[in-house]
Amino acid sequence: MVKNIINVENLSKSFDVSSKEPGLKGTIKHFFIRKTKSLKVIKDISFEIKEGEIVGFLGANGAGKTTILKMLCGLIYPSKGSILVSGYSPFRRKENFLKKITLIMGQKQQLIWDLPPIESFYLNASIYDLDKFEAKRRIKKLSDMLEIDDELYIPVRKLSLGQRMKSELLAALIHEPNILFLDEPTLGLDINAQRNLRKFLKKYNKETNATICLTSHYMKDITSLCKRVICVHNGSISYDGELDLLLKKLSPVKEILIVFRSDEDALKLENYGFTIKNKIKNEITINVENNSITSSLKTIFNNFDIEDIYINEPPIDEVIGKILIKKNI
Amino acid sequence: MISNLINRKILTLLKVQYSNMLEYRVEIALWAISGVIPFFMLNIWTNNSLNESINISNVMLSRYFLCAFFVRQFSVVWVVFSFEEDSLMGKVSPYLIQPLNPFFRYFAQHLAEQITRFPFAIIIAFFFFIFNPESIWIPNLGILLLSILSTFLSFLIQFLIQSIVACLCFWTEKASSIERLLFIPTLFLSGLLAPVVSFPEYVKSWIYLTPFPYLIDFPANVLSGNPTNIAGGLSIQVLWVLLLFPAFKKMWSAGTKKYTAMGS
Repeated sequence: MVKNIINVENLSKSFDVSSKEPGLKGTIKHFFIRKTKSLKVIKDISFEIKEGEIVGFLGANGAGKTTILKMLCGLIYPSKGSILVSGYSPFRRKENFLKKITLIMGQKQQLIWDLPPIESFYLNASIYDLDKFEAKRRIKKLSDMLEIDDELYIPVRKLSLGQRMKSELLAALIHEPNILFLDEPTLGLDINAQRNLRKFLKKYNKETNATICLTSHYMKDITSLCKRVICVHNGSISYDGELDLLLKKLSPVKEILIVFRSDEDALKLENYGFTIKNKIKNEITINVENNSITSSLKTIFNNFDIEDIYINEPPIDEVIGKILIKKNI
Repeated sequence: MISNLINRKILTLLKVQYSNMLEYRVEIALWAISGVIPFFMLNIWTNNSLNESINISNVMLSRYFLCAFFVRQFSVVWVVFSFEEDSLMGKVSPYLIQPLNPFFRYFAQHLAEQITRFPFAIIIAFFFFIFNPESIWIPNLGILLLSILSTFLSFLIQFLIQSIVACLCFWTEKASSIERLLFIPTLFLSGLLAPVVSFPEYVKSWIYLTPFPYLIDFPANVLSGNPTNIAGGLSIQVLWVLLLFPAFKKMWSAGTKKYTAMGS
């Protein structure tokens, strides 16, 4: 049986935020009297993550996804509840715990700007107590996996965003962590760079059985990497389970595109009780519930002269968009 | 374990930071030149014959201010400004989850800069001696080593004071304002503008209870050969380090609990 590597129980986090009324009067008042209120950004959440799992955290901006990741890696202190990551309480930041994890934040860099990435890699290697030989071996292995080579010797400031992100990944993975916290890792990358990064993460997960917790606003990151998702809405978990089940639950329909031989047939389709979503000449798109696809197709084939037919899942972004605004799923 | 830390982590940090500093050699030359306040002060003192009032010869005063320049070059600290910027921009976050306190990075950065400054400081001293040939002297090896030690301790004291102030970034976003407040006593009481011996007796009686005279005045006096209690001064410097280090650790531990990782 696969063991749990992350256990979170009744976790809450509050931040003190000051508020200011607008205008000059508000500014002067704010100068003398600061009004602060406690904002509960994470509300009593509990979940478990198994070793080797890739879990996507979904939610709108400000829902609390990044705050959860920051608490899981020990960057910020929880207000209430307990977290155990690989048997450690993250915030204690024990050396052995820190050697097992890594945090990668899109657009935030740890590489030294004016030096080639290789310098930062050797620095990180010594911070994680790797000897020179081992550091060299790991840099070679990871640079092969990430397909970077010449870039290692070019000052970071002269690298493209994609090359920099790959170098950031190498720097963050040189100690071969078995738990990866990735906060928007593909932010700002072009489509090819995003795809390469996803390919790399899949490979890393497969080869090392690393656990990956990921937040992303690019749905392709979630759908191609995560079997399981945790949806966060206003600091609470609105769904925790398989992504496929969630998609089925939220979108119990399939899109059928029918290409009729004649325009007249296309006009008659509504008479058979189908709701037309889109119509362009003799091409009609309808939504059909998953449990009535066979019967619907039978009706269509028996009554119409069909040139072609396509059955599609509804666009994923549309479905995920629904998740972001739902309190309960 | 400690020797491993020093041997591997700190030395690698130092090497990397030194490479980084060399990318900025022009800036470092300018910073070195910008530290010539003691020479201006020397000019004011000698032109107004102020040295006669404290029974110190022109030569000894020249040496004092040259040494004050050297001590300042190798003990100047700016950690609060770096930490404040890094913490506001979220750059501290990746360092916080590495098995090395981020302040070691800043410490290595300072040491690397001191090494980079060294040749520039020597060039400035060379020109100083051209214009003041009577001030030329060669301190003996023992004195040189003791003054290097006291300059390093002065750097440690300043680094710890600023690190404590930097930790206030966890509570307030503008901790550097507090540092600016501390800069005033540092400037007037450290011996950068005038040797502490020239201060009135009642000022001297309490000034030695603070760390300020041990930042510039004491190491400069050791190096220039002015009469000073070397053993007593070094002991007090060590005492300040021993007092400030636990205070920093306490602030760090309390501060990281308050950290909100803003900007990231």
